[in-house]
Amino acid sequence: MRVRVDTSKCQGHNRCYALAPELFDVDDLGTAFVLNDGVVPDGLEAKARLAEKNCPEYAIVIED
Amino acid sequence: MADIKDLETYFNEVYGPVADWMTDFDHANPAYNENAHALWDEMRDKCPVAHTTRYGGTWLPVTHEYVSEIAYDTDRFTSRSVVVSRMKPSLAPDMPPAPIGTAPPISSDPPFHHDARRVMLPAFAPKKIAAWEADVRALCNELLDSVAGQEVIDAAVDYAQHIPVNVIARMLGFPLEDSDLFRKFVHDVLEGVDEPVHVRQPKFDRLFDYISVQIEEHQANPREDLTSFLLNATIYDQPLSMRHVAGSIVLLLLAGIDTTWSAIGSSIWHLATTPADRERLVREPELMPTAIEEFLRAYAPVTMARLVKEDIDFHGCPMKAEDWVLLPFPAANRDPKEFADADKVIIDREENRHSAFGLGIHRCMGSNLARLELTIAVEEFLKRYPNFELSDTAGVKWSNGQIRGPRKLPVRILPNK
Repeated sequence: MRVRVDTSKCQGHNRCYALAPELFDVDDLGTAFVLNDGVVPDGLEAKARLAEKNCPEYAIVIED
Repeated sequence: MADIKDLETYFNEVYGPVADWMTDFDHANPAYNENAHALWDEMRDKCPVAHTTRYGGTWLPVTHEYVSEIAYDTDRFTSRSVVVSRMKPSLAPDMPPAPIGTAPPISSDPPFHHDARRVMLPAFAPKKIAAWEADVRALCNELLDSVAGQEVIDAAVDYAQHIPVNVIARMLGFPLEDSDLFRKFVHDVLEGVDEPVHVRQPKFDRLFDYISVQIEEHQANPREDLTSFLLNATIYDQPLSMRHVAGSIVLLLLAGIDTTWSAIGSSIWHLATTPADRERLVREPELMPTAIEEFLRAYAPVTMARLVKEDIDFHGCPMKAEDWVLLPFPAANRDPKEFADADKVIIDREENRHSAFGLGIHRCMGSNLARLELTIAVEEFLKRYPNFELSDTAGVKWSNGQIRGPRKLPVRILPNK
């Protein structure tokens, strides 16, 4: 599984970083970016989906 | 119109009582906030973009789809006036020109908005805000200590209202011994949105005068705080003007204080009136993060406003230039098309794309700070008082207007079970 942040949609709500800091980080302006090139390690798929389901801007994209 | 009482009479004479909330809603009427959830549900079925001729023509979309569409559409809807009141703003020449507005970046449109917002975002980024946790926790405990032993406490007046104003005063580096004075200035302004300019202006002037003194003091003695951060910030390679610095501080006060106060109060109100949720949170404190998001969804305090730039047809609604459009994010948060069991508060809700902090480019800049304060305020209150109830249901008073939350919230502290 891979995960991606659509930076044209991210407005810095910080939900992904709060819910899945293993997969996401935020820069100095609060904009999210993926760690590890977006590759979701085994066992963290549920966290990736949780981040996707809690982004108010629909900016998290999951690619299986 | 000599004072606010005359204004009240004036509006009553012009518009009369609300005959039908679906076709003639009045967002300034105390019944609006008291019955907001039921009203929005009914409008969602019957309208879903309600309209009133009050205050020069006002639209109220209540679905998640329409609220987000308008929030994203900065071409057709301007943020030059975001305050919800009875004094409808206009695009007349006395308004500060687009795209800057009175309090950048909240009152700004692209492209200036982006640059003004960038200046302030670093101060409110998650990692910067997380560093305030211990201070916020200490403050909450000081406030709880000050009412310790009382059988009844007003969780809004004695507790919630003090938290954001004290935190922002600390972040700005204002003298802590001024906190009562400072809170009075801020509340005078916050409560004055419906007052005529000649009544409101002296209150604004007192707040600005106070802030100017603090800015001058920081110019003489720079230090590591938000005021010095703003004084050091640049836009287009120039230091911010004093007007920009003072305006930004006023924005932080106006946007950050009664919003957070309301969210804390509403969450405590929910826990006072829903023993099952309160007991479960005490038993399972690991649910706090989802519970906080759910309180933000279900009791989102903030409605924003936009002005229509030019005549448009919005899904069949003939919106005219300068019509007011309210953006009730709290109504979007209760749209059953976007949320399963939208009308139920579910403290372990897993999927929650609520828009309590808005959507699009104007996402609340202080959302990380607001979440920190709300989470710690609820945690510390529950730790101290795991068992409490409303002491007087009729004594609960909800705010009027743009920011919805309890302004009086008497709770009786009960023995721990």
